[in-house]
Amino acid sequence: MGRFVARRLLQMIPVFLGTTALIFLMVYALPGDQVRAMWGDKQPDPAQLASLKHKFGLDLPLWQQYLHYMGNLFTGNFGETLSGRQVSDVIGEAMPVTIRLALMAFGIEIVLGVALGLMAGLKRGKLADKGTLVLTLLLISIPVPVLGYLFQTIFADQLKWVTPTVQDSMNLGQLLLPAIVLGSLSLAYVARLSRTSIVENVRADYMRTAVAKGLPRRRIIGTHLLRNSMIPVITFLGTDLGALMGGAIVTEGIFNVKGVGNALFRAINQKEGATVVGFVVVLVLVYLFASLIVDLLYAVLDPRIRYA
Amino acid sequence: MRGASQAKWVVAAVAVALAATACGSGSTSGSSSSDGAVNAQGVYSYQGSEPQHPLQPANAMEVGGGRIVKNLFRGLVDYDPADGKLRNQVADKIDTTDAQHYSVTLKSGWTFHDGTPVTAASFVDAWNWSANTKNNQVNSNWFSDIAGYDAVHPEKGDPTADKMTGLKVVDDTHFTIDLTAPVSYFQYKLGYTAFSPLPTVFYTDPAKYGESPIGNGPYKFVSWEHNKAVTLATYDKYAGLDKPKNGGIVFKNYTAAEAAYKDLTSDNLDVLDQVDPTDLANYKTDLGDRAVDQPMGGITSIAFAMYNDAWKAPEKAKVRQGLSMAIDRDTITKTVLGGSRAAADSWVAPGVAGYKKGACGDACTYNPAKAKELIAAGGGVPDNKVTILYNADGGHKEWVDAVCNSIRQATGVECVGDPKPDFKSARDLIDGHKVTSIMRSAWQQDYPINANFLRDIYGTGASANDSLYSSPEFDKLSKEADAAASIDKTTELYGEAEAVLAKDMPSIPLWYYKTNSGWDKKVQNVKFDSFGDPVFTQVEVKK
Repeated sequence: MGRFVARRLLQMIPVFLGTTALIFLMVYALPGDQVRAMWGDKQPDPAQLASLKHKFGLDLPLWQQYLHYMGNLFTGNFGETLSGRQVSDVIGEAMPVTIRLALMAFGIEIVLGVALGLMAGLKRGKLADKGTLVLTLLLISIPVPVLGYLFQTIFADQLKWVTPTVQDSMNLGQLLLPAIVLGSLSLAYVARLSRTSIVENVRADYMRTAVAKGLPRRRIIGTHLLRNSMIPVITFLGTDLGALMGGAIVTEGIFNVKGVGNALFRAINQKEGATVVGFVVVLVLVYLFASLIVDLLYAVLDPRIRYA
Repeated sequence: MRGASQAKWVVAAVAVALAATACGSGSTSGSSSSDGAVNAQGVYSYQGSEPQHPLQPANAMEVGGGRIVKNLFRGLVDYDPADGKLRNQVADKIDTTDAQHYSVTLKSGWTFHDGTPVTAASFVDAWNWSANTKNNQVNSNWFSDIAGYDAVHPEKGDPTADKMTGLKVVDDTHFTIDLTAPVSYFQYKLGYTAFSPLPTVFYTDPAKYGESPIGNGPYKFVSWEHNKAVTLATYDKYAGLDKPKNGGIVFKNYTAAEAAYKDLTSDNLDVLDQVDPTDLANYKTDLGDRAVDQPMGGITSIAFAMYNDAWKAPEKAKVRQGLSMAIDRDTITKTVLGGSRAAADSWVAPGVAGYKKGACGDACTYNPAKAKELIAAGGGVPDNKVTILYNADGGHKEWVDAVCNSIRQATGVECVGDPKPDFKSARDLIDGHKVTSIMRSAWQQDYPINANFLRDIYGTGASANDSLYSSPEFDKLSKEADAAASIDKTTELYGEAEAVLAKDMPSIPLWYYKTNSGWDKKVQNVKFDSFGDPVFTQVEVKK
């Protein structure tokens, strides 16, 4: 087990270097000069343009900029935004908000998704199964912005339960509505995946044995059925955590949540290379660790899977 | 029966729409709906966006930081929001006899928010610092009129001096400004935030200062929660003409305009910046007499590549006028642009000193028959085809296509949009003068006088003259205007210069920008100026 973890951690290094290099090249090779963009429709002053480019090292060849960037990164320095702020500060402000939002969405999709999947799987072909099918189909087919505006209209404008946008991004109660919107699509996938898996496993030999042994129903479902059915679901959830953190752009925009999506959107708009790369670096790390945890969980769930 | 009930619905809908528009236009006159009791200490929120730079006056070009800096500082002069006219703030008087040598006298009693007095040196040192290339201020070229600018801001390389020779402190309340050439409307430029004074504490650490600035304006800085909000509070010892009628402003950040609109309609945001495109159709119904719909000091045009041989010949002016006549501005602004723009009839936006209604003449009136005639008289469009270059990332496609359709249908001239993927690629072609036919050209006022819309875009060698248009007559008139003894004479002479544009037609004015905005039920007395900003100090918070 220990060796497996060590090997996986070592493997992360080339993956990390490769992805950051790609992202860096893509962001900086994009057309659109970030310094020029400061002047908008106006004519930039050539002397000032050159001076600012020099200040941010943008007059160097791309590979030098990359080496410089990576060199700084290993000392924990994410660089500076064009406005002279530390990118690490920007990330530090946005991350806690999005982590809350993503974890809430994550919690909602696990609890509701698995519960729905379990119910549908056990009552295959019955009304509950068909109802779940319709609900998940709806959630999958409604685009996130539509769902967001729909919720805004129903719960804020009509029922007046909440304010239309989040007034305090750190307030868990206010984040609930955006978290539901954010988690809804994945919720549908989790429900579908667990249903299929449960339907398959319900007829497995070990289930029949467990029933024949006269085990209580709770134990049969909880320990034997669910545990074995969770492998595809966990695989999905692992990658989904990263997707939730990075994919909150639309949801955070609709509800004006000051998280990663919001900051990333603004950085892309203003062509702030350093900020974009900084956020992506953190997201890559989240993905890598999430997939490591997923791999480790396999062994916990199914003892037949062993890592050397 | 069914037909009848449907007709009834249509009538009802039209009645609602009419009532809504009537209400909307009524509010533009500035009548406040209710005069409830006012809380003079009340703080209101305004839709903002994260400033792109530290809050330093010469570093605020975009609206996010610009609006905040505008409230933190007052310069020598500013513009009366009611009529856009110049008025003195820190300046007691600004004297000149030749429009080139100015002598400034300051009022006493002005202080910075840290209590130190505003003196002549507060201005002179600030301008010298801001103009210097080394200090990387995006607005540094605003000081280029001042003698000695070349030394602190050479075209290439490092500065050779750190003071401009044109600025001299006489004593605490007097200083002089010498320009390299006469600029009669230089006082108008002085109203721009880049010319704000700075306290001595600024120079110890300009970057740190930019995080918590100390100004001399009606509001003092309280806090800046990055990407969330900037809070300002009223400064008790403010010595200016426009004492705030409220207790402060919170600039709340929004990245999506739709979210801000939602907050406004649910009274969680007090004053809106601009209505988002999706809510344009219904905002007047939603807000009633709290909706604003008025012109703003900006214009969208399409400009000809005058450096291209095809457009050079003198008789081609007729062709350009013909093309202008072939554009149905009224219909396009109402349909494609959803009423968010107003059809233009001159090169200067309304509300700007020297604006002349109808300066463009017949050329800006839709007339397909005459358009065809003029194009034929001018020898036709080269290859019978024009293209309009624009950047595809700015939402211009719809109106460019509409303009082209209008030209094609009215004259039979082939017209297509020529989209470039983003602003940079479009700008590369325009800056490099590689445009073959027509290009998009937009302008927003820096200061409300017609010179800003004419000299800065159409003067020979002007930095924003993308067309490379050059007319000796225009240049002569603008030079005379710049040397004129009074502002009135300046605007009048620039009016004559505008007539030259009507004759040569180097660009086709399309429409003016508009302020489409509103406020919620918690505030009143909200009026917008020609910059599209609310008159911040006059907003009243209801009890």
